[in-house]
Amino acid sequence: MSILVYALHYEGEFNKNSLGAVSQGAKLAKEIGGEAAAVVVGGDDLTDDLCSTLGQYGVSKVYRVKGPEGLAQPVVDAMAKIIQDDGYKYALFGGGLLGFEIGAGLTARLHAGVTMEVTAVRAQDGKLVAERPILQDSAIVDVGYVGEPGIIIGRLNAFDIQEGGDGSAEVQDVDVSFEDHSTKAVMVERGEQRGADVNIEDADILVAGGRGLGKAEGFELCEQLADALGGAVAATRAVVDAGWYPYAAQIGQTGKTVAPKLYLAAGISGAIQHKVGMQNSENIVAINKDPNAPIFEFSDLGIVGDLNKILPKLTDAVKAKKGG
Amino acid sequence: MASAPIEFPPPVDSAEEFIAAPTDPEDERIEVGVVIVGGGPGGLACAIRLMQLLAEDEALMESLGEVPVALVEKGKGPGSHLLSGAMMNPSAMHALFPDLDESEWPTYGPVDKDTVYLLPNGKRSVPLHPIPPPFKNHGNHVTSVARLGRWLSEQAEEAGVYILGETTGYRVLVDDGQVVGIRSGDKGRGRDGQELSNFEPGSDLIAKATVLAEGTAGHLTGAAIRHFGIGSEDPQQWELGVKEIWEVQKPLDRVIHTMGWPLKFAPKYREFGGSFIYPMGEDRVSMGLVVGLDYRDARFSVHDAFQELKTHPMVAGIIEGGKRVGWGAKTIPSGGYWAQPRQLWAPGMALVGDGAGMVNVPTLKGVHYAMHAGMFAAEAIVERLKNGSGEGVADLSNYQSKVEASDIDKDRYKTRNARQPFAKGFFVGGALASMMTISGGRVPGGHWATHDDATVPLFIGPEREYPKPDGKVTFDKLSSVFATGNATRDDAPNHIRIQDKVPLEVALMWQNMCPAQVYEVPDEELEAARADGNGKLDGKREVKLNITPSNCVQCGAITAKGGRLTPPEGGDGPNYQVT
Amino acid sequence: MKICVLVKEVPDAAVEKRMDPNSGRLDRSGETTLNQFDTHAIEAAMQIREGGAAEVDEIVAVTMAPSEAGRTLNKAVALGADRSVHLTDDSLAGSDVAATGYALAKVLESESPDLVLLGQQSADGECYTIGAVVADHLKMPSLTQVIKLDVEGGKLRCERQAEYGYDTVEVELPAVISVGDAINEPRYPSLKAIMGAKKKPRDTKSAGDVGIEAGKVGQEGSRTEVLAVNPPEEKAAGEIIEDEDTNETVEKVVAWLEERKLLA
Repeated sequence: MSILVYALHYEGEFNKNSLGAVSQGAKLAKEIGGEAAAVVVGGDDLTDDLCSTLGQYGVSKVYRVKGPEGLAQPVVDAMAKIIQDDGYKYALFGGGLLGFEIGAGLTARLHAGVTMEVTAVRAQDGKLVAERPILQDSAIVDVGYVGEPGIIIGRLNAFDIQEGGDGSAEVQDVDVSFEDHSTKAVMVERGEQRGADVNIEDADILVAGGRGLGKAEGFELCEQLADALGGAVAATRAVVDAGWYPYAAQIGQTGKTVAPKLYLAAGISGAIQHKVGMQNSENIVAINKDPNAPIFEFSDLGIVGDLNKILPKLTDAVKAKKGG
Repeated sequence: MASAPIEFPPPVDSAEEFIAAPTDPEDERIEVGVVIVGGGPGGLACAIRLMQLLAEDEALMESLGEVPVALVEKGKGPGSHLLSGAMMNPSAMHALFPDLDESEWPTYGPVDKDTVYLLPNGKRSVPLHPIPPPFKNHGNHVTSVARLGRWLSEQAEEAGVYILGETTGYRVLVDDGQVVGIRSGDKGRGRDGQELSNFEPGSDLIAKATVLAEGTAGHLTGAAIRHFGIGSEDPQQWELGVKEIWEVQKPLDRVIHTMGWPLKFAPKYREFGGSFIYPMGEDRVSMGLVVGLDYRDARFSVHDAFQELKTHPMVAGIIEGGKRVGWGAKTIPSGGYWAQPRQLWAPGMALVGDGAGMVNVPTLKGVHYAMHAGMFAAEAIVERLKNGSGEGVADLSNYQSKVEASDIDKDRYKTRNARQPFAKGFFVGGALASMMTISGGRVPGGHWATHDDATVPLFIGPEREYPKPDGKVTFDKLSSVFATGNATRDDAPNHIRIQDKVPLEVALMWQNMCPAQVYEVPDEELEAARADGNGKLDGKREVKLNITPSNCVQCGAITAKGGRLTPPEGGDGPNYQVT
Repeated sequence: MKICVLVKEVPDAAVEKRMDPNSGRLDRSGETTLNQFDTHAIEAAMQIREGGAAEVDEIVAVTMAPSEAGRTLNKAVALGADRSVHLTDDSLAGSDVAATGYALAKVLESESPDLVLLGQQSADGECYTIGAVVADHLKMPSLTQVIKLDVEGGKLRCERQAEYGYDTVEVELPAVISVGDAINEPRYPSLKAIMGAKKKPRDTKSAGDVGIEAGKVGQEGSRTEVLAVNPPEEKAAGEIIEDEDTNETVEKVVAWLEERKLLA
């Protein structure tokens, strides 16, 4: 067996991140001539049906362990045992809080090599090579592993979900006796949602406004578009300074760093102080009336025009497309 | 009538705000022997010299208590806010470290060849023969003062100096007519001065002697000069320098200075200055453009003119295939001899270095003068302390005498009228300045008054055709500020005092002058001014400026041109590495 | 209660960051500063001490660094630590995450802390992992991304930010807690504290002093190897639309978004 993938479940569902990791693990296992399996840790909500759905993403087996949900150290105990008992060469995680905690704990337990914030993995000569960006994404490092196992922790949402297994995976229960220290953290409340404010760091889609909006009211245009797209609103330092939008929405060198699937920048020049906060966004769309604005140098789609004309029409068009 | 920035004085009364008696309860005041404000070459040389002298007199050292010498530096550490060309005259390093071989200095060594070019336009370069005397740099060391500051700081710490980084000298403490120390700046205030949750007040540092070595546009220095009435009749003048450090493919084998393009030296524009390109070891060069702040066109921008200079074939050839690894900006006091305070001391206090205008203008040298002055101040202070001034050093006239007898004053007396003639334009000025040097200071004689840069009347010229930044050879201001490591927090208190409603020609001048894009005329205001003037910009129209103080790299230009840079929160601003 | 705070020195933002061609790792020879996130950890320790819910006998700043870690430890002490421990040894150079965590665990063992605090990530790219590695070696419970920390009756009540919401977890001491920057606003040290930092005791320890096995650290003990450092994929130049007929423009944008499955 080659690759063991951790799958996180929450409220009866495997999260997007984990499904991506499972897909990736299955794909890579094939490429190195082996097989991938998933491991899940939790309570009674981990039914046979639920667990075996992971087979749709390409794993042949799912190890199920009874244990506390949402805590890393019991999973470390579980995965260490499985890796040693069944001889896995790699452990793969889809990033996210637990992915990091478990991967790191496993690194210590098995004295293994670990790579974090991985954006891509490839097979090379029967082994896996992890790629990770460094120095604020100005370079990519290829990392190989010395000895076994190797631990790969992906950047959040780095791996795409790919269906393509035979359908259902075999579910195997594993009895794990947890280390003393793994029982010393007790979950009191899990996954509490706080406040109506969307945390912009988690949003998949962001509509960001800058000085080009002209006035505080310009943010209404951004809010309407964000609403239509199902996203949240962000802001540059200049407009937060001017009091047009709250600091919690500020992106940039002295604000938050985000990497959503879509970053739509309206009236933003793209100075580096802002760029460093959003340059990892998957798709960058920019609207600015100045054709020389630096943002057009790194946007995927740039529109030179008056945002006051474009934003309302775009909002309507998006609504129409989604509603219709 | 064209406006001049002096008509819009900044809302600050420095003597009022920044000179006061100690306010901390007596048992909370921190007592030190000598306190030095500023971790530049001057302040550090003073600190090191003090420890050298105290090491020879145990009793005196003991009498100064637990902290004989404390140095406060507003940047992250000494070096963070230091910037210069520089071709340093080695005399001060020899005096401070007589047993250290030049090869062990943190400099890039002397360079044999000198070339001076006149650039008549953006294509040609004409080497000047013979080399005009101010540009001969034989024996001088190419130096990065940011590096020098760090090295001197290490020497100082090893010698026992307490180096307090991220600490501003906020106020000079005066009790009964005598300077008794300084107050350090508060931390944790918000944009409007309000106390935030982690507010930490500054402290009163009480010392027997205080040395102000703040560098160009030194804030406490200006306040102290006004308070004690020790200033010169002539106002100080400044030049603004913007520089970059480049990694280059081919080693540069000579020191280069240029004059001419892209500066407009016609009297209407009066852009006086030139550029320097110095090799830093085998693989780097330090290059910059220095321009007097008495230019007239509100559209002129030193940073952008410097970017333009890099497109000249002579310069482009040097940096071809290379990579920019540093940027910075700073002013240089250029009033010379006549603008120096007539008295360099007050009871309990001495003024050292650029803050006191100790720069030789034609050669633009000041690093070694600052260091010599720092050493003289140390020697003068120790002399007085030895003679039993247990209560603090009231009379530092011995410091003044040392400076007057030294090259600091003698050299600069010889070039005392070298800069002022340039007010008459480049060619007349150039001729007169050369006469000054060649004649050893005798011609032109007398006293040519300096003028205050802020009195220069402005006009808005046609839009300049500066190169569009390509991010490889030419750069915009914001990415340059970013490269300095400036991460001043957004809600830091605004340390810039300025009238923010001024005529467009003043506002535009500030916008273009500032290398860090702190001042901006909002687009709407520009549009409105154009509308008012029927398509042409109405320079007299009052506009409201946008100010982003967190971009500020504390170069001091605004102090020269009608505003005032007051002490920022300690630790803010750039973190220069090799400028 | 004895609190150890792990602090790290990281390259200053202003320093041109580069990779060391020999080791393939970040060149750390330039100017350094105390990792911003660790200042939150020190502040958390101070707040526990000042809060009164537990008696804190000592706050110790611990770092593993080449010989010049002075400035970082001085800053940690100025911010409130009572003393500092500097683990330094040539054999540790080039250590990866696993080796670093192991080495820190060994030096912490010699201190026997009741609570280990650290910042959850560092400015130079390492994130969310050291705490977990250290905890596994020390056999202590551990949490990361903690943004609220209270001592209640000898246990810790922690709130942490996960990507799906906030968890509240009770943890028994001794424990290792990595804190996020939202946990507190670090104080500024007073001038007295900065000046007093020089006098606080500092222990310098070598790998041998704390029983670190040579084969598990340094370049040799590393279980990953850098195979290559490449520039990132050249992003295809973006498309630019000049808006003339806004209806048309908007149509194009919607089509573009749909193509990329952004209108789901």
